[in-house]
Amino acid sequence: MTGFITRRLLQSIVVVLLVTVIVFVLLHLLPGGPARAQLGPRATPPAIANFNHQMGYDRSVPVQYWHWLTQLVTGNLGFSVKFNQSVVSLIGERLPKTLVLTVLSTLFALVVAIPLGMVQAVKRNHAADYAITFWAFVFYATPPFFLGVVLIVVFSVYLPILPAEAPQSSSIGVILSQPAGLILPVLTLALVTIAQFSRYMRSSVIENLAEDYVRTARAKGAGERSVLIRHVLRNSLIPVATLLGLSLPTIFSGALITEAVFNFPGMGQLFWTAAQTQDYPIMLGITVLVGVATVIGSLLADLAYAVLDPRVRYA
Amino acid sequence: MTAIPADDAVLSDSPKTRGVFAGPLSAFAENKLAVVGLGIVVAFILFCYVGPLVYHTDQVHIDLSQATLPPSGTHPLGTNEVGYDQLGRLMAGGQSSLEVGVAAALLATVFGTLWGAIAGYAGGFIDSAMMRIVDALLAVPALFLLLFLASIARPTIGLLILVIAFISWLGPARLVRGQALTLRTRDYVTSVRLMGGGPLRAILRHIAPNAIGTVVVNATFQVADAILLVATLSFLGLGIPPPAANWGDMLSNGINYTYDGYWWLIYPPGLAIVLVVVAFNLIGDALRDSFEVRLQKR
Repeated sequence: MTGFITRRLLQSIVVVLLVTVIVFVLLHLLPGGPARAQLGPRATPPAIANFNHQMGYDRSVPVQYWHWLTQLVTGNLGFSVKFNQSVVSLIGERLPKTLVLTVLSTLFALVVAIPLGMVQAVKRNHAADYAITFWAFVFYATPPFFLGVVLIVVFSVYLPILPAEAPQSSSIGVILSQPAGLILPVLTLALVTIAQFSRYMRSSVIENLAEDYVRTARAKGAGERSVLIRHVLRNSLIPVATLLGLSLPTIFSGALITEAVFNFPGMGQLFWTAAQTQDYPIMLGITVLVGVATVIGSLLADLAYAVLDPRVRYA
Repeated sequence: MTAIPADDAVLSDSPKTRGVFAGPLSAFAENKLAVVGLGIVVAFILFCYVGPLVYHTDQVHIDLSQATLPPSGTHPLGTNEVGYDQLGRLMAGGQSSLEVGVAAALLATVFGTLWGAIAGYAGGFIDSAMMRIVDALLAVPALFLLLFLASIARPTIGLLILVIAFISWLGPARLVRGQALTLRTRDYVTSVRLMGGGPLRAILRHIAPNAIGTVVVNATFQVADAILLVATLSFLGLGIPPPAANWGDMLSNGINYTYDGYWWLIYPPGLAIVLVVVAFNLIGDALRDSFEVRLQKR
């Protein structure tokens, strides 16, 4: 097991490096380039050349990459000229808000989706299964921005009980002190996740209910409750654990949309602003950060897989 | 253990056995939700492809004197902000939404399944190298890649399909690889190897077909995801430029008028997306249940 963990850790480092290479190469293929974005369409060629020289953009791509990577390792993600602020401090300001949004909605989604999926599988093809399936499909099928707008129209316009905009503050304390403003964004993000997780949970439980060990457990006289909780639930959580580890970029993408709809000043909104203004350092910084988080999530999912399913052996 | 004879029956070419889809098809037909889903998809295909032959509208020339008209006799669903008939646009937009969704999902599923099955079966260094590529691409948020790809080329339907497939094949690849890891230890795969069957045979005839449940469920989610992704791209301003239409562009344009009360610009395309995506999911769900031979007649 220790060998497996060590090897997985090394693999993860390779993946992180691959991510930095992909992002760096992609960004350097963008047309226009940073000089045009910075100096405007009427900049003279000498001005552009001068800018490129100052910023080091006239050096070869591998050299630029190496320079950026060494800075990255020491915790320097660069400087955003547009915001006149370092990328680390910008992300530091925005990340906690995005974490509040994503962690709350994911926890909420798991707490709702796991029991829902089990109920559906046990009551397969009964009224409860059909009803939950119907709503899961509807929420999964609704584009997140549309879902957000529908929730705003229902809960802020027709029944004015919840604010249509997320709390506007740079302080995390102030945001948490206005939970009413968080309900709609968290719900928007969670409903899609619930729909997806409960589907997988249902599939997984149904699959496990047909396994031989379930018959054995029942034959040994184990109660239905104990069969479901001690045997089926544990085995059924394996694909969900994998899915959770893989869902980080999806959840981040969802957060980007949700933050745009509810004007929530998080990292997603920062990324979107940066994308529109071709603010390379911010885009690179956020992408690498999400990349590292995803790699860690994937690592944990694989470890969970090995721990939970003894049939999987990493020889 | 009924799985082995069932598996042989599925893979045998002998005329005595039923075809791969005979059992699943009858199980599928018994599933009412699946029939509803299929009905919705067929209805939308008729609506989008036969509809314009019956209901002629001009979806190319703008007419600002006819802009944002509420639903009436001449325009059953009103007109949009530049005077296009909304009902006719729903038909035209549906064509590209459906085409992009299905094509991208097929491309992504086939490629992802093969990639995952090969990696999982091969194991060792090949598996590691193949899955590290998947991991790295997965770790870059999809919207970031979309943003980049959409900014270097003017979006067309073909490019949209490629871009969405490029992002979507990673999911099935990982899922199938996970399945292949457990499947390769099963007795029947070992038997194939002992009988002298090559890796290609094991992958194509034993591992991939046994992972079909996962693949089919995932493929329907892929169609759904692709249609949703197109909509999200439109919301981010990266949709196909007008006069070409798709439901996502119509919806995200309509949302600009949320507070003006132009409901006919929001809910028809929104409902169309939801209905079609739900329908594909219902079909996939039923297919999943029907392919799992072991789960029937419990």
